[in-house]
Amino acid sequence: MSVDAATVRRIAHLARIAVTDDEVPHLQGELNAMLAFVEQLSEVDVEGVEPMTSVTPMEMKKRADVVDDGEIADKVVANAPASDNHFFLVPKVVE
Amino acid sequence: MTDLTSLTLSEAREGLANKSFSALQLTDAYLKAMDGGRVLNAYVLETPDQARAMAKQADEALARGEAGPLTGIPLGIKDLFATEGVRTTACSKILGEFKPPYESTVTTQLWRDGAVLLGKLNNDEFAMGSSNETSCFGPVINPWRREGSKTKLVPGGSSGGSAAAVAANLCLGATATDTGGSIRQPAAFTGTVGVKPTYGRCSRWGIVAFASSLDQAGPIARTVRDAAILLRSMAGHDPKDTTSVDRAVPDYEAAVGRSVKGMKIGIPKEYRIDGMSPEIEALWKQGADWLKAAGAELVEVSLPHTRYALPAYYIVAPAEASSNLARYDGVRYGARVPGHNIVEMYENTRAAGFGAEVKRRVMIGTYVLSAGYYDAYYLRAQKVRTLIKRDFETCFANGVSAILTPATPSAAFGIGEKGGADPVEMYLNDIFTVTVNMAGLPGIAVPAGRDVQGLPLGLQLIGRPFDEETLFSLGEVIEQAAGRFIPGKWWA
Repeated sequence: MSVDAATVRRIAHLARIAVTDDEVPHLQGELNAMLAFVEQLSEVDVEGVEPMTSVTPMEMKKRADVVDDGEIADKVVANAPASDNHFFLVPKVVE
Repeated sequence: MTDLTSLTLSEAREGLANKSFSALQLTDAYLKAMDGGRVLNAYVLETPDQARAMAKQADEALARGEAGPLTGIPLGIKDLFATEGVRTTACSKILGEFKPPYESTVTTQLWRDGAVLLGKLNNDEFAMGSSNETSCFGPVINPWRREGSKTKLVPGGSSGGSAAAVAANLCLGATATDTGGSIRQPAAFTGTVGVKPTYGRCSRWGIVAFASSLDQAGPIARTVRDAAILLRSMAGHDPKDTTSVDRAVPDYEAAVGRSVKGMKIGIPKEYRIDGMSPEIEALWKQGADWLKAAGAELVEVSLPHTRYALPAYYIVAPAEASSNLARYDGVRYGARVPGHNIVEMYENTRAAGFGAEVKRRVMIGTYVLSAGYYDAYYLRAQKVRTLIKRDFETCFANGVSAILTPATPSAAFGIGEKGGADPVEMYLNDIFTVTVNMAGLPGIAVPAGRDVQGLPLGLQLIGRPFDEETLFSLGEVIEQAAGRFIPGKWWA
């Protein structure tokens, strides 16, 4: 399988990465090189094989259902590019 | 007094214990070496004030007779580990001047045991790379050069800063992470020892995530013993990482020097790849001979799905990366580039903040997970992964204790030499290491020889899950036979 220029733009938008017109042909070539490389997986017989979902077979641990953290709003917003009164600021989303 | 920075970790530990020198003297010696070693670009942030304060505390602990396993040992930390109040960037512009309000579990345990923070080490952006050339701080220079040449070589990646700093005596040991070979390949390129532990052995909490089902932290050190000492402090169960395993941490150092007599060592025939250089072939044979001389039994084994590991990796890793890196949106931390609306702000921020390799992988990951392609790519890759793991399980079920392979297909290459036109050329560096991550197994890279141009080459040993001890025993046999590899100091 290979991707065309329109698909490259669509993936870039899905990935929320702005691309310029100049970048598209280059990205298209690179993505197609990667897709050509992984193409060889289609020759593997995976009939009846379970996909790996856990690297080390183990039971998922559950923590106690208690509050053991919090009240650190200052720390949470300390690295934000824009914040006000413990809120993150973003461009207007709802008109 | 001999140059304190030339001591190994175990020698430095002894010197501190018998008061031959103080922790502050040792740290100062490293700070001076770092000063003279800036041309290598191994550190992206030096923390001299913190280092000296921690060294003073170490001296107080030593004076009280309360030394821990690493008291006064100066370490470098890969910039992927969150360090409280100390800038952590994953060497990406998108994290800007991010100062974590918390400390990663692995580094917390190193400080608990008395280690000293010298600074943060360079790496490929978000650990995506095999040459440390994708870092937003620029490439790291390998302290090794080809004989009679001044060409700048890469130290490997993604833990290139860690490997270069350890090889150039700019720290006594370093933390690193390995998703497809990022500890073992740079270790092989710099003549150092690198350990990628079993998945789940070290907590991933507080380490910038790349591909969560493959990422694992481990040490890079000058000797097998030093690596064993560091891993004991780094490993252990952490309730904050549900994939971390609740299992006692053995005294890895006790395994160094233990007999390997009677151990069955597998030589996988599928690793004899087309076009393998005679040097690598000879190195591999030499390693097998050393293990045989130490009493191990060598058997040919088959890992039939080996050739599919790298292509499967280039689906699984980018898929997980595209999901993990979705958090970098210019809202909660890092740099923001404005836009007319919120989507444009996201897109501009990520376009400016991510480098070319990261964008490529996030886009491939987005594509293979997108509607209509998930089954053909991601699901199939995860099935292939099951087959790769099964290959190893069959091998170990037949009584094989560990598997011996080359660590890399070549020695270190020049900066700018690879991957310019075709990204896959660079990816092939990980051909011998990536299977280990896909199967979640432990692996160690140990320097074992040199190529015709005098550059170090490494061998890899792959172990059973949670049997790092056997790797340390076998690694020590190779180290004892091959000797240590120390670059000539041309930079200061």
